[in-house]
Amino acid sequence: MLGEGILKGMAETARNFAGSYVSKERLTTVEYPEQRIPTVENARVFPFLVYDGPDSQSGLRCVACQICEKECPPKCIFIDKSADKKPDYVGKPQFYPAKFDIDISVCMSCQICVEVCPFEAIKMDTQFELATDDRFGGLLLDREQLAKSNEYYHSIHPTEATEVDSRLAEEKAKAEAKATAAADAAAAKAAAASTPKPNPPAAGGD
Amino acid sequence: MATSPVVENLSTNLDQIFIITRDWLTHFLPAAWRPAVDVVLSVVVIVCVFPGLFALTTVFERKGLGRIQNRLGPNRTGPFGFFQPIADGIKSLTKEDIVPASADGVLHFLAPVILVVAVFMGFAVLPMGRNMVLVDMDAGLLFFFAMGASTELSVFMAGWSSRNKYSLLGAMRAIAQMISYEVVLLLSSVSVVMITGSLRLTKIVDAQNQYSYGLPHWYIFTPWGLAAFIMYAIAATAETNRSPFDLPEGESELVAGYHTEYSGFKFALFFLGEYLAMFSISGLGTTLFLGGWSAPLEVFNVVPSWIWFFGKVMMSIFVFIWMRGTLPRLRQDQLMNFAWKFVLPFTLLDLLVTAMWRFMGEGWLRWVVSTAILAGAYVLMGRVSMYRQHFAPRKYRYAD
Repeated sequence: MLGEGILKGMAETARNFAGSYVSKERLTTVEYPEQRIPTVENARVFPFLVYDGPDSQSGLRCVACQICEKECPPKCIFIDKSADKKPDYVGKPQFYPAKFDIDISVCMSCQICVEVCPFEAIKMDTQFELATDDRFGGLLLDREQLAKSNEYYHSIHPTEATEVDSRLAEEKAKAEAKATAAADAAAAKAAAASTPKPNPPAAGGD
Repeated sequence: MATSPVVENLSTNLDQIFIITRDWLTHFLPAAWRPAVDVVLSVVVIVCVFPGLFALTTVFERKGLGRIQNRLGPNRTGPFGFFQPIADGIKSLTKEDIVPASADGVLHFLAPVILVVAVFMGFAVLPMGRNMVLVDMDAGLLFFFAMGASTELSVFMAGWSSRNKYSLLGAMRAIAQMISYEVVLLLSSVSVVMITGSLRLTKIVDAQNQYSYGLPHWYIFTPWGLAAFIMYAIAATAETNRSPFDLPEGESELVAGYHTEYSGFKFALFFLGEYLAMFSISGLGTTLFLGGWSAPLEVFNVVPSWIWFFGKVMMSIFVFIWMRGTLPRLRQDQLMNFAWKFVLPFTLLDLLVTAMWRFMGEGWLRWVVSTAILAGAYVLMGRVSMYRQHFAPRKYRYAD
C-alpha cells in the first residue's frame, strides 16, 4: 500500500535513535583526542632513523650511503656525508650522516627508502600528530628529530623489529666469525713465518 | 473533577503568568499608553522566544540526526554540546559578508530581511495559550497565509539578485514547489473553516477545546480531520523546504540553491527564517488540527495552556527532524507529480467529505461513511499510481 515504505523507514530510524542510547555497539564513534584505538602494526606514516645504544646521534645505524636519497621518488631526503669515519655496529669504520633531513611536507610515505636501505637504518614511524604552525621549518625534520631508539622501533613494529634484530645479530656473528678466522689465519701465517724453514723459498713452489 | 481551590488558583495564575506580568509592568503607565506598550512588550517576547527556540532546535536536530545515524552528534561546545548555537552565532557574525560584484545589491540585502520579517508576522495571529494572542484578527487564517506567501517573494529576490545560475535555478524550483503546495496547504485548512465557520484562530481553538468522556474534540480525531492534517503536514514540509522536499537547496546539484551567494549574517538570517517558518507552520497546524493550546485530556487542564501549545509545536518539529533523518530527497518531476496528482485530488475529495460530515448531523453513520470514502480513495489512488508507476520504483528503459 502507498506509504508503507515510509512507515517502515521511519520505524528503522526510530529504532536507531532509541537503540543508540541503549546499546554501546551501535555507537562506533571513537572520540579521538580522549579515546584512542591502538595503531595496527603495519601502519606507516613517515620514516625515522634507528639508533642503537644510549646516544641518539653517535648510535645511528645510518652510514650515509645516500641510496635512499637517490631512490626517494619525491626527493624529500637530504644527506650530507661526513668527512671522517666512525666504527659501526660490526666495528668496521664507516661514514655517518653529518646532516640528514626529511621534508615530511613532500614525503609521500611510499616506504621505498626503507626497502632499499642495506643497513636497516631507516624505518617507518606511526606517529601521525605532526601538526605545526610553521609550515616550512616545522615540517622539515632534522637528524635529532628523526633519531628514535631501537626499543621504540620494537614498541611500534614488534614482529618486524625482531626479524631485523636477528638478521643483524646473524650478520654480526658472521662478521665476527670471519674476523676470528682471519685473525686465526693471520696468526697461523705469522706463526708459520716465525718458524725456521727447512728450504729457502726460491728452491721450490707450492 | 474536584480540585482544591488553592491548586485551581495556582494553575490559573500559572496559565496566565505572561498576561499578569505584562499587566503588572504596564500598570505604572498612563492608561492611554497601555495598549501600545502591551503590543510592543508582546512583540519583544515573540522576537526573543522564537529565535531562542531556533537555537535549541539546531542543537537538538543535529544531535537527533546523529542518533538516527548511530553517531554522537555535536558534544564539544559546553555541556553535551548545548553551547553550539552560540559558537555558530559568533562564527556567522564574524564571517565576511560577500556580495557578488554583478549582484543587485539592494535586492540582495533585502531578501533575507523580508523573509525574516514576513515569517515573524505570521506569529502575530497564532494563539499560543489562553488569551495569549498578539492580534486576535477576524481573518487571522487569511492573514497568516498572506504572510506565508510573501516568503516566496524573498526566495525569488534572493535567487534573482545573486546573478548566479545555481541561485536562479534553486529559486525557480523553490517557487514552483511552494506555489504547488500552497494550494494544498490552503485547501486542507479550508475544511477546518467549513466546520468552524470562522477564520478567527482563537475561535477555531475554542471549537476544539471541548471534551466528551474526558477526551478532546480535536479535529485530527475525525476522519476528515486526519486526512486534512496529513495533507497539511505534507504541504507544510514542502512549504518550509524541509527534507524530503528540500530540492530548492539540493546541495548535490545546486550548491545551496537560492542562498548560494549568501554568507555571514545574511546566511544566518535565511537559516533563521527557515526555522521560524517551521515553527509558525507547526503552530498553525497545531491550532487547526491538534486543538491549539488545549490539553489532550480534560484532567490535564491544570497544566498551563502555553506548555501544551509549545509542546505540540516541538513534537511537530521532532517529526520534521525524524522525517529528515529517514527520507531521501525527491526528484523535481516526482515532487510535481505528487503535488498535483495525489495530494491535491485527495484534498479536494476531503473537502467533499467534510461537507458531508457537516450536513449528515450527529451519529455514528457519518463516521462510517467518511472513513470508508477516504480510506477507499487512498487505497485506490495508491494502487492506480503504483500501476502507472508514478510512485513505484523507477524502471530504466535503456540502462539496466
